Amino acid sequence: MKLYCLSGHPTLPCNVLKFKSTTIMLDCGLDMTSTLNFLPLPLVQSPRLSNLPGWSLKDGNAFLDKTELIDLSTVDVILISNYHCMMALPYITEHTGFSGTVYATEPTVQIGRLLMEELVNFIERVPKAQSASLWKNKDIQRLLPSPLKDAVEVSTWRRCYTMQEVNSALSKIQLVGYSQKIELFGAVQVTPLSSGYALGSSNWIIQSHYEKVSYVSGSSLLTTHPQPMDQASLKNSDVLILTGLTQIPTANPDGMVGEFCSNLALTVRNGGNVLVPCYPSGVIYDLLECLYQYIDSAGLSNIPFYFISPVANSSLEFSQIFAEWLCHNKQTKVYLPEPPFPHAELIQTNKLKHYPSLHGDFSSDFRQPCVVFTGHPSLRFGDVVHFMELWGKSSLNTVIFTEPDFSYLEALAPYQPLAMKCIYCPIDTRLNFIQVSKLLKEVQPLHVVCPEQYTQPPPAQSHRMDLMIDCQPPAMSYRRAEVLALPFKRRYEKIEIMPELADALVPMEIKPGISLATVSAVLHTKDNKHVLQPPPRPAQPTGGKKRKRASEDIPDCKVLKPLLSGSIPVEQFVQTLEKHGFSDIKVEDTAKGHIVLLQEAETLIQIEEDSTHIICDNDEMLRVRLRDLVLKFLQKF
Amino acid sequence: MPAGSSGTYHRRLCEGDGSVLPVGRRPVSAPLRVGPQGSRSGLPGTLRVSRGRRPCARPRRTRQVARSGVGPAAAEGRAAGISSLTMDPECSQLLPALCAVLADPRQPMADDTCLEKLLDWFKTITEAGSSLLLLQGNPCLVELLCHMLKPQDLSSRVLAFSLRLTGVLAAQEDCFQYLQQGELLPKLFGEAGPLGGAAWTSPTVRSGWIQGLRSLAQHPSALHFLADCGAVDTIFSLQEDSSLFVASAAGQLLVHILGLSMPGPAGGPPSLQAGDWPACAQKIVGHIEESLRATATPQITQALNVLTTTFGHCHDPWTQVLWVRLSPLVAGLLEKDPVPAAHSLVDLLLSVARSPGLSSSSCGLWETLAQTLSHLSPTQAGPLALGILKLQDCPQALRAQAFAVLLQPLACVLKATAQDPGPSGVLDGIVGDSMTADMLLPSKAACVGLLCRTLAHLELLLPLPQRPCPWPQAPLLGAAVTLLQLCGGSARPTSDAGRHLCALLLGCVRVQRAALDFLGTLSEGTGPRELVTQVFAVLLEYLRSPDSSPTVLKKAFQATFRWLLSSPKTPGCWDLDPHALLFLRDLLPVLQKRLCSPCWEVRDSGLEFLTQMTRHWGGQAGFRHALLASEVPKLTEQLLRDPESYVRASAVTAMGQLSSQGLCVPPAGPEHPGGQQKSLLAELLHILSTDSEGFPRRAVMQVFTQWLRDSHADVAGDTEQFVAGVLQVASQDLDWEVRAQGLELALVFLEQTLGQPRSHCPCAVTPAVAAPVGPLAQALQPLCRVRLFEFAFRALFDCDRPVAQKSCDLLLFLRAKTASSGSLQESRSSPHVASVEAALQRWQAGDQAQPLGDLEPEVVLAVLRSLDLEGLQGALAESSDHVEKSPQSLLQDMLATVGVLGGNEADCY
Repeated sequence: MKLYCLSGHPTLPCNVLKFKSTTIMLDCGLDMTSTLNFLPLPLVQSPRLSNLPGWSLKDGNAFLDKTELIDLSTVDVILISNYHCMMALPYITEHTGFSGTVYATEPTVQIGRLLMEELVNFIERVPKAQSASLWKNKDIQRLLPSPLKDAVEVSTWRRCYTMQEVNSALSKIQLVGYSQKIELFGAVQVTPLSSGYALGSSNWIIQSHYEKVSYVSGSSLLTTHPQPMDQASLKNSDVLILTGLTQIPTANPDGMVGEFCSNLALTVRNGGNVLVPCYPSGVIYDLLECLYQYIDSAGLSNIPFYFISPVANSSLEFSQIFAEWLCHNKQTKVYLPEPPFPHAELIQTNKLKHYPSLHGDFSSDFRQPCVVFTGHPSLRFGDVVHFMELWGKSSLNTVIFTEPDFSYLEALAPYQPLAMKCIYCPIDTRLNFIQVSKLLKEVQPLHVVCPEQYTQPPPAQSHRMDLMIDCQPPAMSYRRAEVLALPFKRRYEKIEIMPELADALVPMEIKPGISLATVSAVLHTKDNKHVLQPPPRPAQPTGGKKRKRASEDIPDCKVLKPLLSGSIPVEQFVQTLEKHGFSDIKVEDTAKGHIVLLQEAETLIQIEEDSTHIICDNDEMLRVRLRDLVLKFLQKF
Repeated sequence: MPAGSSGTYHRRLCEGDGSVLPVGRRPVSAPLRVGPQGSRSGLPGTLRVSRGRRPCARPRRTRQVARSGVGPAAAEGRAAGISSLTMDPECSQLLPALCAVLADPRQPMADDTCLEKLLDWFKTITEAGSSLLLLQGNPCLVELLCHMLKPQDLSSRVLAFSLRLTGVLAAQEDCFQYLQQGELLPKLFGEAGPLGGAAWTSPTVRSGWIQGLRSLAQHPSALHFLADCGAVDTIFSLQEDSSLFVASAAGQLLVHILGLSMPGPAGGPPSLQAGDWPACAQKIVGHIEESLRATATPQITQALNVLTTTFGHCHDPWTQVLWVRLSPLVAGLLEKDPVPAAHSLVDLLLSVARSPGLSSSSCGLWETLAQTLSHLSPTQAGPLALGILKLQDCPQALRAQAFAVLLQPLACVLKATAQDPGPSGVLDGIVGDSMTADMLLPSKAACVGLLCRTLAHLELLLPLPQRPCPWPQAPLLGAAVTLLQLCGGSARPTSDAGRHLCALLLGCVRVQRAALDFLGTLSEGTGPRELVTQVFAVLLEYLRSPDSSPTVLKKAFQATFRWLLSSPKTPGCWDLDPHALLFLRDLLPVLQKRLCSPCWEVRDSGLEFLTQMTRHWGGQAGFRHALLASEVPKLTEQLLRDPESYVRASAVTAMGQLSSQGLCVPPAGPEHPGGQQKSLLAELLHILSTDSEGFPRRAVMQVFTQWLRDSHADVAGDTEQFVAGVLQVASQDLDWEVRAQGLELALVFLEQTLGQPRSHCPCAVTPAVAAPVGPLAQALQPLCRVRLFEFAFRALFDCDRPVAQKSCDLLLFLRAKTASSGSLQESRSSPHVASVEAALQRWQAGDQAQPLGDLEPEVVLAVLRSLDLEGLQGALAESSDHVEKSPQSLLQDMLATVGVLGGNEADCY
């Protein structure tokens, strides 16, 4: 059993598990941090951005994969745990010869589609007149200004995929529900479990009859909107692969939400605008819910909230229809009937307005001071670029970063000097290390496998021993481009036995509670299922060629020698030997058993747990005599 | 002046409506009733519990009492809240019926608090007079006690009551003899009594038995009785009772008996030889010795507890002899590992050390204490060390040892985080081999508990005059700062122990709170500049951190304020020093953010902090400049409209303070579109008249009162209009605290108008200290114009007692003022006066709809003189249930619950 680690990013994992003749890809996250090397893509040409020294204007996205590790066309299935972890899907399904199936829950697919749609839309609406790629050449890259010249593996950076590719990739997805058992080629069974992190987010159980591997990715124990995490089903795993912990282990999400609200209110009360660069789904639902409760108390009822994204409308509406994927509280609202999320009421009362883009209705409705939620959190493309340009000059305004995926300082770099206030309130509801250690104590896996980042404290806080996984035995760690042999061997395989064959067995009790029977059968293997069938009867000799062929087909049914069982008590054996006239017997203990030395006869009898050897020089008579004495101690059947 | 004895107004009222209700006991309802006996809780403004007005309720049995003939005179006798000292005939008449009820198992008492009250009453009677006479005068009592001896299914409560009553009666020797003659005592308390019966299984009965004996054991005869009936052995066994109350009472009874049997101070020092001691004392001391030698910890604990109580309560010479005899045994406990019953041992040693009867130096106590300190674990030794340091006279070496023990955990923290334990070196060498980080850090719970206790102990020690000197201020500051950094995650320890400590304490709210409290207390001392800088840095870190819980944040605000207060001042200038001003510049943005917090507790503590700061430095240029440059005043103004009432109240107080200091910005919130600006006065008046919760309205009244007192610019413009407006709104308020505060405001105005310097107790002012400015009538005119009298008269009949009392005080003060001038012509006969009096009668009857209209000073004075204010004041001083508290009422109540009184005597409702 091997694990191929294709991504070094712990929260955007991409691993391939080879298990019982299946090749399973676990997630395919897209690490977009390399976009920070590019200049923002403004909707309108920005002279300021084009004239920035030391920056070059390029478009593109990055996908870091280490495809030489494994041929991705051999991947049988891809299991997706949440919509953030499927953003690289088109690159795999469309460009690698992949011909398998992708499994994901419905909300994951729908919201993942929205994220991809938004990404494609953001990139495609500012097309480049020409596409440059020569700079990826190592010799030319060296000439580029820093930090571009220092960027690693630039050659693996890819252009953003297109909508056709997205559609084609999504068409390969098969929808699954929580706890649904999916047979993969009869060899293994995979099951998604609720992971509590996002709408439809899942952890996966991959199990055979005798082995169980749990894949935990992006889980949360906090009570936000999704269904709570299913921990019980993770128990008794042989291996637990643990990825997607919180990226900001030192920030408590509750405190951050409070911080978010305070800073938002402070800015708006002073007549400033608030910009929240965010993804169109996920934490934004919680933020809106929190603001729904807060705005009245903070006297902000008159402040408009704008949500601008090509998929804003779909995102807000989708969230309301996935009732079965929501936490209990929200589910019960549906029966009242009430919309599960309060943003419906914000929209109804015109406090929250959503627009597909800056153009059109938004320009006419736009009123300041206001709060704008828009993408992309990297500040490199999307409508957020425009607002940064628009509001960056005034110290009254504030940009509040809530998504932890990008370094906010790097994201802000091309906008410097910036008068607007910047607040960093990363909200990451995924498991922190305290929760992980509780979880591991609870589910007690035999082995834990995790990215190497989790096995040591963060470099900046090397004294924080609490910010690492602490479990027994210590977790196995992996890094990008490593192949890990998972630390357990498959020892058993389940074989079915046909009823008529079973009927024919005559078990013999050799110890109380243990019976043995010999069986002669044909092992039939198909679709990773093994069945013992009765051997075909020897065909009646019909003469000629036919008989010959028949005899070829039928396995040789030799007369079976009886099987022996039992053990040889050395002392009694020696006594028996003495009775039979052997003298000068010496017994030596060895690591595996005993050696009985008949010095006169120059003969050795080696007695081990599962074998007995009689070594004598060409004296067949003696050997047979001794063999018979040995056999007296054993049972035959 | 006694109630109803004079005062034409009241007499006429009684005659007028034909009511038999004694005027002096006009029913008034309590604003807050907390206990079953209707005790009062607090003064106006001290509690945030009651909201709105309680309906005016009459005490239940008022009419009944009047009918049964308890006149004003009887009521006067109980005016001080004391029940009858003797058995009055009415009670004597009721007693047989009550005893019959108690003796009847078919009529169970529903409410056993009645029995407690009854017992209290008997105690009062027996303390004031002869128990024997009481028994002889009321044979039903002896019958009741005898009845207890019959085998029957009696309730355990009544049985316990009887045992306790017997004890109370037998406390007097002659009565004891009387009861002895009838063999009643041995039968009740001996083997023949409940002791051997099924009733003994009830803890109530066992407790009653002990308490009975406790009351009884007051004289030598009682000692003989105890010895004869073998009670002491029973008490020994009761020390192990399953009920903690019984076990504890048994221990105390032993202490009492021991004290009774030993000779008093006059008897001279007793011999060390046990054979010379009274038998009873020998037996008890023998039992204690045996227990101290026992191996079972509970037994040792009992013995130690008995000794602790003994040394704590009795300081006769024999206690020293007792200690000399027992101290080797106590010291022997220290040789066991672990030391058994360590907490009780600590209590005992401290009790002995505090006992003035013992000369500590001679009896080896200091050695024992030193030995104990070194034997106990850090957790157990902490309280002992604190106790030793609190002792007045104690050897310096022992004090040093105790202080070292107390400081150990903090020294350990400093060592684990590899910090210099400070130049003073006080913490040097404390952390020897005995105390390593491992001892401190076995588990999170142990570590947190020990640190919190240590910090609390040191906090207690700091303000004491006998605190250790030199006080290691700098290392302690360092330790508190380090702890806070460890909890907040900003510490960067390099050692393994430090990292482990960090992991244990990270985010621990308990330690954070304790350390912040301690840090605040440390502000009373000084520290090196760099440490003070660290203190401010860590406080700022806590105030800034989004992860600080609201309670931690509140404590951080409190500690910050204390440190700002203690920051060094330039001589002759009360402004903050430059460092503090720099800190303030960082602090104000944090405060701004906290005022916008989604958590109301945080907004509230932020506002309280702002109010405190403004009160202290509002007049100082540096502070004013920093504050006005920030958004804080504007945000505070917006919080006047917060949805949480507590926050609104705090915002009102803060705005009042800001405005007093001229730090207010004109409000221009979203509530006032079109740039229309409303003055703060109008805004506060709006809150006073419309806010649905009491707290903001109370806060507004306090601000207004303060403004009036300080002649705030907004008020000084047209004071009369201001006062008239506020009083009018306040008189309509449903919250009694608002109305009471209205009277406070009225009083301030009255004093300002009449030119009387403020006295704390207006009714105690001797009249004619300062003559009013100008003729009286003229002086009273403004009061009439603001309708102060209508407000005060209305308050006089307020259904909430504190309001009525306050109004009464105010009017008495005014009357005293005006009496001295005497220049005003009496106009009692004027028809206007009559109509006012008629209106007041209606008001008292509950119909307050009719206004008084414009009052002339002459009319007011006439009405003032005709009112029986003193009588009213006396009546109001009594609690509203003083009638119900009478013993007769109690007896009637008890009988009524079992229906003996019959229909004719049933409750008037």
